[in-house]
Amino acid sequence: MLELRDVSSGYGAIEALRGINLSVGRGEVVSLIGANGAGKSTTLRNITGLVPTTSGDVVFEGVRLNGIPTHQIVGMGISMVPEGRQIFANLSVAENLDLGAYLQKNKVENARQLELVFALFPRLEERRKQLGGTLSGGEQQMLAIGRALMARPRLLLLDEPSLGLAPILVHTILVAIDEINREGATILLVEQNANAALKHSHRGYVLETGSIVMEGPSERLAADPRVREAYLGER
Amino acid sequence: METFLQQLVNGISQGSAYALIALGYTMVYGVLKLINFAHSDVYMFGAFMGFYIANSSWFQATMGTSVLSGVVVLLGAMVLASMLGILIERFAYRPGRSPSPGTLAFWFGILGAGFGYLLGKTPGAVAAGVLAGIVVGVILEKWGVRPRAQSSSLKILIIAIGVSFFLENSGQQVFGADPKFFPQIIPTKVLNVAGLSLDSQKLTVLGVAIVLMVLLNVIVNYTKTGRAMRAVSFNLDAARLMGINTDRIIAFTFGLGSALAGAGGILVSLMYPKIDPLMGILPGLKAFVAAVLGGIGNITGAMFGGLIIGLAEVMAVGYGQSTYRDAIAFVILVLILLIKPTGIMGKGMVEKV
Repeated sequence: MLELRDVSSGYGAIEALRGINLSVGRGEVVSLIGANGAGKSTTLRNITGLVPTTSGDVVFEGVRLNGIPTHQIVGMGISMVPEGRQIFANLSVAENLDLGAYLQKNKVENARQLELVFALFPRLEERRKQLGGTLSGGEQQMLAIGRALMARPRLLLLDEPSLGLAPILVHTILVAIDEINREGATILLVEQNANAALKHSHRGYVLETGSIVMEGPSERLAADPRVREAYLGER
Repeated sequence: METFLQQLVNGISQGSAYALIALGYTMVYGVLKLINFAHSDVYMFGAFMGFYIANSSWFQATMGTSVLSGVVVLLGAMVLASMLGILIERFAYRPGRSPSPGTLAFWFGILGAGFGYLLGKTPGAVAAGVLAGIVVGVILEKWGVRPRAQSSSLKILIIAIGVSFFLENSGQQVFGADPKFFPQIIPTKVLNVAGLSLDSQKLTVLGVAIVLMVLLNVIVNYTKTGRAMRAVSFNLDAARLMGINTDRIIAFTFGLGSALAGAGGILVSLMYPKIDPLMGILPGLKAFVAAVLGGIGNITGAMFGGLIIGLAEVMAVGYGQSTYRDAIAFVILVLILLIKPTGIMGKGMVEKV
């Protein structure tokens, strides 16, 4: 469904990705783990066109995404939950969700999707009139995910959804991700919390200073002594 | 007491005109974090467009001094001003944010027009100059010469100042540098209400300004495009991720703000009918002060800021000395920067990490 071939990308003179190869198949949950500054967020921002590709190809469902503006990529069926949530704090919860469906013209479908989002996160329905900025961190994360879902994406990119949340909320979010996947969306999950990410994904990639150093089924990665030492805090 | 009420009415109508201009500054700042210095010249352009519409033979043949003629002049000026605003954004600011094809050809074409005029002073020479300029621009672009993409706010600010000079000097060239008299398109009547003399011009200014501001509020708060505007002004990248074509929303914002500036140009010209190509500078600066006073980026703030500046100015003339008329806005600017730099309704900028 999504393929990155030898993709390099970066900010000006700084090269954040050095020729990475990565693929995500339809229906999969793929996790991308690695330390701070390894290039995880850049990978996602590169797929959505927020950071330009300097060499290599990004291909989604047979279409090359290089150079296509972000809003058109979103229209092709890729949504992203950005790092740090980035909800619109000056807009109400309902307005945030409406913006998620900005490109979706079908009102009936949008209403149905809204119900699905509320079923997934009942908290959002209770707070629909509130300004986004008044929500707690966990609720903001729910809103960010709900907002991305409103576009009815076939591929959902999640950037550190568990960052800064209490353990119980991390669990809620991860269960929701499983649920989203079961309903048909393919997911590429970026996490520093390698333990949780590998538990909730089919396959994984390990990124180190802009290069992929390991890949494989999640169980195998979770059992690999190198991964255990570097990312799961064991020695 | 009566003088005070009289001054109050004058101040409010003056202030509502400032508010209209201030809205353009504050909206563009909201989406681009840019002080659009060319905005005051769009205001001037609006006044001149109104002048030319009202003096056109078509207009004089079909319209007299009536409410309808006022509406025609107002709408015409607003549409033309908004087109100018969108052009400025497209060909001056957008290339400063990200390189777009055709920009070099456009600017070399304008440069060519200038050279053509200097060399030949005939329409043919100007046309040849434009053509030569466009050819040079296209060839340079083919060679890969593009405006640099790295956008720094300082660079765009300097572009804004350049556009402002460009418009002021083109205005002197095209419209003529000498002041012109703006025609009386609405009938002048003085109404006496409870001892106050209210002239129809000031009431029209106030009424039109209120209608436009209500309309703006509806657009910003209750339409899909307005919601997208608020999203873009809050977080550009997040807005892109919603599938919003941010360039189009930015252009729309320029168009909207410029239409209001054009309306402001007409309204002020109704009260003070002397217009010239540099007429925008001072009201533009005062409206900018109004936007800062209200909290730049905040639409309601700009409306209140405009009212306060207008009132302060009229009161300074009425109870102080008319020589301080133009100084009072800047006194307010100094005070607000000392006491509450974010403005009355502005929120403190929180740098998110």
